[in-house]
Amino acid sequence: MDQKELRQLESRCIEENPPWCAAACPLHVDARSLNARLAAGDWAGGWRVLLRSMPLPGVLGRICDAPCRRRCKRAEVGGAIAIGDLERACVSHAPPPRQAVPLPAREETIAVLGAGLAGLTAAWDLARKGYRVTIHEPGPALAAELRQRHADRVPPEIVEEELAFLAALGVRAELNSPVAEAGFLERCLAQSDAAFLSLDVLGASGWPLLRDADGRSAVASPAQATQLENVFAGGLAGPHGASPVWQAAEGRWAATSMDRFLQGVSATAGRDKDGPCETGLFTSLEGVTPEPPVTAARSAGYDDEEATREASRCLQCHCLECVKVCPYLERFGAYPKKYAREIYNNQSIVMGERKANRLINSCSLCGLCEQVCPQGFAMQELCLAARREMVERGKMPPSAHEFALLDMQFSLGPDFHLARHQPGSQASARVFFPGCQLAASAPGQLRLLYDHLCASLPGGVGLMLSCCGAPASWAGQEEKQDRVLAAWREDWQRLGAPPVIMACPSCREVFKRRLPEVEQVFLWDALQEIPGVAGLQGLGPLVVHDPCATRHDPAARESVRKLLRDKGLELGELALGRETTECCGYGGLMYNANPALADEVVRRRGRQSPADYLTYCAVCRDRLAQSGKRALHALDLFFPAEGGEDPAARPGPGWSQRRENRARLKAGLLRDLWKEEAPDMEAHRQIKLIIPPEVGEVLERRRILSEDLQKVVYHAEQSGQKLAHPVTGHFLAGFRPYKAVFWVEYSAGPQGYQVHNAYSHRMEVKPGGRP
Amino acid sequence: MKQENIRPGDLAWKCCKCGLKLEPALVTVEYLGNEFTAELPRCPGCGQVMISEEVALGKMAEVEQILEDK
Repeated sequence: MDQKELRQLESRCIEENPPWCAAACPLHVDARSLNARLAAGDWAGGWRVLLRSMPLPGVLGRICDAPCRRRCKRAEVGGAIAIGDLERACVSHAPPPRQAVPLPAREETIAVLGAGLAGLTAAWDLARKGYRVTIHEPGPALAAELRQRHADRVPPEIVEEELAFLAALGVRAELNSPVAEAGFLERCLAQSDAAFLSLDVLGASGWPLLRDADGRSAVASPAQATQLENVFAGGLAGPHGASPVWQAAEGRWAATSMDRFLQGVSATAGRDKDGPCETGLFTSLEGVTPEPPVTAARSAGYDDEEATREASRCLQCHCLECVKVCPYLERFGAYPKKYAREIYNNQSIVMGERKANRLINSCSLCGLCEQVCPQGFAMQELCLAARREMVERGKMPPSAHEFALLDMQFSLGPDFHLARHQPGSQASARVFFPGCQLAASAPGQLRLLYDHLCASLPGGVGLMLSCCGAPASWAGQEEKQDRVLAAWREDWQRLGAPPVIMACPSCREVFKRRLPEVEQVFLWDALQEIPGVAGLQGLGPLVVHDPCATRHDPAARESVRKLLRDKGLELGELALGRETTECCGYGGLMYNANPALADEVVRRRGRQSPADYLTYCAVCRDRLAQSGKRALHALDLFFPAEGGEDPAARPGPGWSQRRENRARLKAGLLRDLWKEEAPDMEAHRQIKLIIPPEVGEVLERRRILSEDLQKVVYHAEQSGQKLAHPVTGHFLAGFRPYKAVFWVEYSAGPQGYQVHNAYSHRMEVKPGGRP
Repeated sequence: MKQENIRPGDLAWKCCKCGLKLEPALVTVEYLGNEFTAELPRCPGCGQVMISEEVALGKMAEVEQILEDK
């Protein structure tokens, strides 16, 4: 990803677009933040929000005509927020201490003719930019017109306060100036570098203004230019008539134009956001209760309590559509635009800590964000690309995915891999490819299922046991997946390249993308002629949990529903179902890189409905079950589940069991169907371990397989390299079967080796060293 | 990785090969090309080093994480 790609990507996340109120405001006052502060009763905080963008806030805050209300999102649900009244309520409180801190002084001098809102704002902004500003006021006091026009709302002492602030910025005032006199402007220009005409006081006639298409005098915003290149003007009525905030804004835009003129830079570049503009923000109104505006009891306006209530009606417009539905996006505390920047920075680091590694590796790549985003921002593409890049550069943390990749390797290895015609057949009209995790979860059912397919489908049903390589792809190791799929394809072609019956939605998704030449039959389409399991008719309400791999696969989703509904089952739906379904925490190897988050994800998913869940992905089912949620695999309705009458209560097998299940399935198939003995077990597998349940839980949490322990004990017993404890009699041994060192504390007994504890680390002890 | 890696109980273990009690020793450990010296219990005879559960899941895990994010 380069800077340009980053910018493009960032621009697709609209969260940082301004809310409608700020976009509509000629001065872009952040009314959303103002409301947040006022809703909390924080008047000083509200003041600070106004001070960020509002000139003469004591005055303008009292007379603002709030054109933002026309575009307020609240208008659609109860009525626009009364921002003008809230501004008044805010500035009726004493302001926090303000400091006049202009930028470093500049040499250029500026004449402002007329102290209207436009002229005062221009002076306010230019003085803060460091210019030497003199206001030429026709009346006997500054802001005479303003005081008179808004006498009912702006007390004289407030005007004085703001003028005192202007004076503190170094603005000088010339009162009783004959501004209308012929030659006055020319005299000012002889002494100044630029001048501003505050037309709200001076009127439009008699000045060297430009003309519009109809030949009338006009000042175009935001350039505020006149016929003279060093004279600028503003303060006339806005597009919606007389508007104090528009007049002030014209003074501000003129100040920008004058500053640019005096610095000799482009007057127009980058000014498309000056003044009211569109916003790309999206804010959902779903579930928002309509609430009418608060009416003030007094004619003077809101009291504090009323203002707080009115400000609380503000919707605080944000998008965050993706963050609302994704615990992962929520966990890292920001939103995709920020994440894109963090990931970019992570890639650019030469030395130092890569702080976004965890962010990159925790995404389940499920694509829900893209589905709910108004702009289709795909966090999964960003994370996957970053993972590939990390792998390429050798910067992927070894611990992030290793466990999952070893599990994949197991499925590809001799303990599970198989590709054969149906016993007694020389050809396969179809081949059944159940994927790796259904066999890991429910080998008994899988066996019954294969028997059923063989018995019910003509022409021979071959069997392929292997893996689609999804874990490698999720880990950013595309080439590894290429190799897995190439090997799979070879097996398949050897079997005559028949249509493939697929049971796993993830495999299905991978094959659609990567092996489009494979004709797929979804298991649930192949199973139409099958009786259900007796005794399951009394099931309680079931809701469907769609695996995230079916997000773009409506055929798969509906196929399962149809089959089950045809069997008379009533199925409910989750609010986040079908194309907006959620991941169980397994996808993208989230469970491997961030187990705590993956557990939170699946627990949250389980809480979405009190009903039992029905799914058609073995991993989804097992993860839901492990989180304490009652969950069924659709197969449970057709074949008795292993271990018990109540399939929804079946706990998901642990990591070691998942491997053992695969190996046993294959050995059983070889023995029963092909009449072959399984090859001799490797020596370490003959080590008999006794693992008490509490130790089993520790192993599960630490992702330590019983086979890892067998290797350690085997090595220790063969080599004698172990430690003994004189009091407990336990042995302690460590061994490094691959990139991790495993330690087992055990004792030997007649039944086998009792495991007391086990742990692992990745750091390696170098031989040698000083005694 | 230098201090407090050894608890008194760690030195109770005896090497089965040599029959000797473990003793504190400076040992080199390595991860992702980074080497450190740490004081760990070691058999004075054959040099077998013990990594306790506390060290493996504590200090070592912490350093592993830091190095993985380097």
